[in-house]
Amino acid sequence: MNELKSDLSVVGKRIPKLDASLKAMGRAEYIQDIKLPGMVYGKILYSSYAHANIIKIDTSKAVALPGVHAVLTGEDIPGKMKMGFYKDNPPIKKGKVCSFRDEVAAVAAKSPEIARKALSLIEIEYEELEGIFDPEKAMKKDSPLVHEKNKTNILKLPWKLHYGDVEKAGEKAAFTVEDRFSTTWVTHCCLGTSGAVALFDANDNLTIYTNTQIPSLAQKDFLEALKAMGLENKRARVIKPVIGGGFGSKLDTYAYEHIAILLAHKCRKPVKLTFDRQEEFKATSTRQPAIIDIRQGCDKNGKLLFRDIKMILDNGAYTSWGATTPSVMMMPVTSLYRVKNVRYSAKCVYTNNTYSQAMRGYGNPQATFAIESSMDMLAEKAGIDPIEFRRINRNHPGDVTPQKFKITTCGLDLCLDTVEKELKENNIKQKGVGIGIASLIHVGGGARIYKSDGCGAILKMDDYGKVDIFTGGTDMGQGLDNITAQIVAEELGLFAEDINVVHTDTDVCPWDVGAHASRSTFVAGNAALGAAKKVKEKLLEFGSKILDADPGDLVLRDRLIFVPGDNEKKMAIDKLLRKAHFSPGGTMLMADFFYDPDNENLGKEFKGNMSMTYTFGVHGVRVKVDVETGKVEVLEYVAAHDVGRAINPLLLEGQVYGGVVMGLGYALTEEVVHKKGKNMNANFRDYKLFTAKDAIKIKAPVLETPDKDGPFGAKGIGEPGCVPTAPAIANAIYDAVGVRIYDLPITPEKVLAALKEKNN
Amino acid sequence: MATNISFILNGDEISYEVKDHWTLLHLLREKMGLIGTKEGCGNGECGACTVIVDKLAINSCLYLAVEADGKTIETIEGLASSDGTLHPVQQSFVDNGGIQCGFCSPGMIMSSKALLDENPGADYEQIKHALAGNICRCTGYVQILESVEAARDMGGQK
Repeated sequence: MNELKSDLSVVGKRIPKLDASLKAMGRAEYIQDIKLPGMVYGKILYSSYAHANIIKIDTSKAVALPGVHAVLTGEDIPGKMKMGFYKDNPPIKKGKVCSFRDEVAAVAAKSPEIARKALSLIEIEYEELEGIFDPEKAMKKDSPLVHEKNKTNILKLPWKLHYGDVEKAGEKAAFTVEDRFSTTWVTHCCLGTSGAVALFDANDNLTIYTNTQIPSLAQKDFLEALKAMGLENKRARVIKPVIGGGFGSKLDTYAYEHIAILLAHKCRKPVKLTFDRQEEFKATSTRQPAIIDIRQGCDKNGKLLFRDIKMILDNGAYTSWGATTPSVMMMPVTSLYRVKNVRYSAKCVYTNNTYSQAMRGYGNPQATFAIESSMDMLAEKAGIDPIEFRRINRNHPGDVTPQKFKITTCGLDLCLDTVEKELKENNIKQKGVGIGIASLIHVGGGARIYKSDGCGAILKMDDYGKVDIFTGGTDMGQGLDNITAQIVAEELGLFAEDINVVHTDTDVCPWDVGAHASRSTFVAGNAALGAAKKVKEKLLEFGSKILDADPGDLVLRDRLIFVPGDNEKKMAIDKLLRKAHFSPGGTMLMADFFYDPDNENLGKEFKGNMSMTYTFGVHGVRVKVDVETGKVEVLEYVAAHDVGRAINPLLLEGQVYGGVVMGLGYALTEEVVHKKGKNMNANFRDYKLFTAKDAIKIKAPVLETPDKDGPFGAKGIGEPGCVPTAPAIANAIYDAVGVRIYDLPITPEKVLAALKEKNN
Repeated sequence: MATNISFILNGDEISYEVKDHWTLLHLLREKMGLIGTKEGCGNGECGACTVIVDKLAINSCLYLAVEADGKTIETIEGLASSDGTLHPVQQSFVDNGGIQCGFCSPGMIMSSKALLDENPGADYEQIKHALAGNICRCTGYVQILESVEAARDMGGQK
């Protein structure tokens, strides 16, 4: 374990977000704010049915409408232009629609109003087909098929593992529990809706402004799109405006981006295509809903002997990253607590519902809901206090889990102690009041999903002691700009405001696999640190000549280079830089660095050390349940996280608070209501987010367990805050009134129904 | 139909010919280029478009531009001093982590300013009530509420 260095001047400080002033003044430019000369407006027409053949499309009236510049249908889409992880999704459908969010036509027009009018003039004749909306029914042989050519609705994905011997361990178990849990669709609700502006130059090179968490991979997708359009060897430049929230929603490229590209190419004008709120609800992807069967058993002393989990995931009509969430669900399944015998399988099933995508936690919230609810049930059966039960089974530093994850630092014990102390301090048992806890494991040191888990950084210093750092990483509000700036400033003896972090443009920024898996602080942070170290070495070498000192004796701090205790050997860093540039045989203070962590792809049987380090946390909650109404009130919330090192505690706490409240919505209020595939609540009145009125005070103790590989010891913290919230709440409700809720969200109706059943 | 209206916008007298169906949000963003006021939903549900009209925080997406005639309007662009000094509420949001992605921030700050102008001693519950119409997905409101309390404690109004 690293010792916490205490003499740091920038890292560890509560420095406000570097772009906060710009945002506070209303001067940050989001995709909605971009206007280009000659720009026209794109709009998409969606299917009127969940499942239907398209018999005829007549666009002639739309084409004839004055002010319309381009109209597209599925016939205009190049055959090879497909989206998603499975490449089963063309940007506009032809022949058949498989969900209400299927794109059937698009227009570009002089104004949004004309574009809307043009959509209303497109006439489509459909032949409705029987739809399938329940994944379990969709698995049956006689089910209607979403994609006939597959001959089944079950996706051919390999999600299956068995370590040890679950059957044998089951025979030895003194106590066993077996239950079914389920979760539903929830959505990101980024305040800034989706959108893109696409334009081509005179040589058919594409520039696209788009909200994306994956600039480099999006560039690849767009280059493939250009190729499919017959535009070989062209350039695709991806520019990110300020992003109004990500949470995983922008980890894929979407129909609206491809359609903007096609429209821009067809009408040779910049095309802006932004979603309104209703469209954002209906046509963006949700978190993956899951049906989870779980069986766990322990010996008479409470030692976990086995865990056996089967899942069915509603894939929706097309395949984006939602279908790969089992690869992350495996992490809590195999590695949350010590358990040697583990079996897991997941089936992803096509239905005529909306398709899912990545959302904060990437499968972990669903899996942890089932595991941590079940842990409490098993503890009760074994007659052991739930916190003690977790302590018995907790992970330890140095453990290698059955999936071959190498646990380096692990603050789970610290988190359990902290939460227990907080919750039990004033625990006077009152009627209808109860406490619950749940733990989490998540990747904290990158995640090798692709062949590379790398990120590049280019750093240059100017004559005035200022730094520009070009990073592959993405800031979408979570604060990577600060993390980068604070790391670089610390290393180069500058202030955070001396560092300009550029992460917006693939023409100047290096490569990165994207802002996912809570990897940016760790991976992009290490890339920035690597570049800063190289420049530091040059600075010290040059400084040693000018100041006539040994490089090893020189210190960079507070914008100065000096030998401590020697007032003669001291110079402002900017002055030194001017000397570097303005000397005969001068040199540039520039460096690049590519950091690719030494983690492993999941190999045979899904084994491999996916992340350089893992992060742990425990949430504890005290709730009050109104037995008359079923309403659950959160009285107290403690979210203890093992963070490695807090580069910026102000921002870190912001990630935890935001995660917890997103988790509370998942636990209690949020649900995209679908009726036969149709979204019934595409607005903020009916999709129940927590508001300021529902806000609670959250304690977020930051427990530092410096990791040897993290930049200054840091681990990732973007996702963990929302992972264990739902089971902590479910466990607290059980403690309060003795009913167990198995299905999210835990609405008052479900609590009341359970109370009624219990009392009968 | 178009109507000529006059109003005070961030201290300046403005005359504008507006179409009757335009919202104030449309006038501000699309016609006058004041992009600081955001559209998050267009239905009066999220508060991203909050501006202050005659001291009241309103959703500019539900407010017709013609109604602005004779009114005094403040938008996020008018809060900072001409020398660039942020308004205490803006500064407090910056300092206390009240801003992450920032899309809700202009509306959130305008609602907070309207509250503190009217009730400089607003307590925690009153602040929560005043911000109930402004949705934030990033912060969980914790640091936003802390920001408003800190602004109040500094004497938030100007």
